[in-house]
Amino acid sequence: MIEIDGLSRRFGDVLAVDDVSMTIERGSITALVGASGSGKSTLLRMINRLIEPTAGTVRIDGRDTATVPHETLRRGMGYVIQGNGLFPHWTVAQNIATVPRLVGWPKARIAARVDALLDLFGLDPAAYRDKYPAQLSGGQQQRVGVARALAAEPAVMLMDEPFGALDPIIRAQAQRDLGAIQRRLGTTIVLVTHDMEEAIRLADRIAVMRAGRLLQDATPAALLADPAPGYVAELVGASDRAFRLLSLRPAAELAEPGTADGPPLDADVSQREALGALLSRGADAVPLAGPEPRIVTLAALRRRAEVPS
Amino acid sequence: MRIAVDRRRVDPLRPSRVPAGAASDARPADPAAARPAGLLRRALPAVLRLAALALLLAFLFMPERFAPLFAPLTQNGAPAIYARTSLVDLTLGHLGLVFGATLAGGLVALALGILVTRPRGAAFLPLSRTLVQIGQTFPPVAVLALAVPAVGFGAEPTLIALFLYGLLPIFENTLAGLRDVPAAAIEAARGMGMTPRQRLLRVELPLALPVILAGLRLSVTINMGTATIGSTVAATSLGEVILAGLQSGNTAFILEGALVVATIAVLVHDALLILERRVGRRAAGAAA
Ligand SMILES: Nc1ncnc2c1ncn2[C@@H]1O[C@H](COP(=O)(O)OP(=O)(O)OP(=O)(O)O)[C@@H](O)[C@H]1O
Ligand SMILES: [Mg+2]
Repeated sequence: MIEIDGLSRRFGDVLAVDDVSMTIERGSITALVGASGSGKSTLLRMINRLIEPTAGTVRIDGRDTATVPHETLRRGMGYVIQGNGLFPHWTVAQNIATVPRLVGWPKARIAARVDALLDLFGLDPAAYRDKYPAQLSGGQQQRVGVARALAAEPAVMLMDEPFGALDPIIRAQAQRDLGAIQRRLGTTIVLVTHDMEEAIRLADRIAVMRAGRLLQDATPAALLADPAPGYVAELVGASDRAFRLLSLRPAAELAEPGTADGPPLDADVSQREALGALLSRGADAVPLAGPEPRIVTLAALRRRAEVPS
Repeated sequence: MRIAVDRRRVDPLRPSRVPAGAASDARPADPAAARPAGLLRRALPAVLRLAALALLLAFLFMPERFAPLFAPLTQNGAPAIYARTSLVDLTLGHLGLVFGATLAGGLVALALGILVTRPRGAAFLPLSRTLVQIGQTFPPVAVLALAVPAVGFGAEPTLIALFLYGLLPIFENTLAGLRDVPAAAIEAARGMGMTPRQRLLRVELPLALPVILAGLRLSVTINMGTATIGSTVAATSLGEVILAGLQSGNTAFILEGALVVATIAVLVHDALLILERRVGRRAAGAAA
């Protein structure tokens, strides 16, 4: 658990982070969103003390990070920066091995860990281990950057716009990978992003920042259903809020017994996808795959998407 | 790549590339003919270097064989080949002066360059730069004149002059190389918990190495010619041959000394350039 308490950072006249307090649960994904210059990176970098706070404390599992030597603190946390920051003169294997080497793992354990991580990210170890970053595509470099941050099995991962440079398809793949890996390893992730869709898709909680202040910190559903008036409401977007809300939940939740024309939808589609199918078929109900005949109706989706205004 | 730009900025000796189209008359009509021609063109520099090296060694070890070549340059039956001291000894002395001075200068310039790029040493940058620039602008001959009364005749005053003269390229290139290390790599090194020392040794210096080596190469090349003046204060160097030629009005001696120095300078320059490219390819992360 990460407890951030009254954290501020001033650069000259700029109050980059202004009295932020929040709690990040162990094993959760928290997304920091907000406009450029709102203080997201500064807040993130104060967690591993790449930036010293002007005021306030950060506690990790109850321990004030100011009492831990910087190197020790950082070796215990994964850190992924935009543009991946791979060391160009080291191979993929050497890059991934950075922190394990710093903390003195035996060679055999490092080699096994490197191969396991490459496998996990869908890169054949035999083919990629000895390549240099310049020989990889942007998406592959990005995955190696995340693998490097995970190498020493950190309990906490800090990620600053890790998917910023990727094209939409690779980006979606990287997001799915990260979600799957996070669920498997139970890592606590704090993720900075510009992209509200990304935050909604990945995060358990979304923290919205503006001009250094934390405006709202809530689950995606709560943020969409009840955004703080003003900036957050604007950011969440009045027009497509309903779609975002529907994208969070499975269609099966709204299923009712019955039959309808047309091929059935997969059992695990989201409510948003079900709505898309309904609209394109021009139907009032679509069948949903499952042991019993069941349908999702336009009326049910409409009720669910209704946002109190 | 920024490294290349910086190397050009501080390396006036780097030969400029002739654009590929310039050799258009050499373009063969059919691909079968292209292969041997391309191979020859690629092998040509190596062949030329080997030939130059062979010629140099032959001249150093058997200079009297070359007498007919230099005889037309002499008058009144003066000797065509300098024989008072063995050319091999002079060459070894010359190389010793250059490498000794450049090694010492390189270490000092590197240490200074590292110091002033650390937060704690940043305040010393203007001072260091001024000192190093004075070392470069103060004529080596004047350094010799000032050093002799202090340390006497021989190798010492020459080493001092070459040391001072060679600082600047290495210092400036160390600065340029360290400054050009990608900010993301330094940030990543910090974020993963490297100590400042680990950051320097594992990330910054390896990435700056090609540019630093370019400075070293420049320094060696400059000092290869400058070391000839050491002979005016009784240091063992190839300048002795040139001086003897000047004193006795023997053009053959002057040409011999100059040719040997120039050939060594070109060969050493090329060897360092090859080393540097190899290191550069590794630092850039291409398969070496
Ligand atoms: N090292 C620094 N020195 C001076 N000012 C800084 C420094 N780092 C950040 N700032 C300022 O602090 C404010 C917040 O910057 P920060 O990088 O945290 O924003 P951000 O939300 O991450 O923006 P972006 O989305 O563009 O990355 C900005 O006004 C920025 O100019
Ligand atoms: Mg940022």
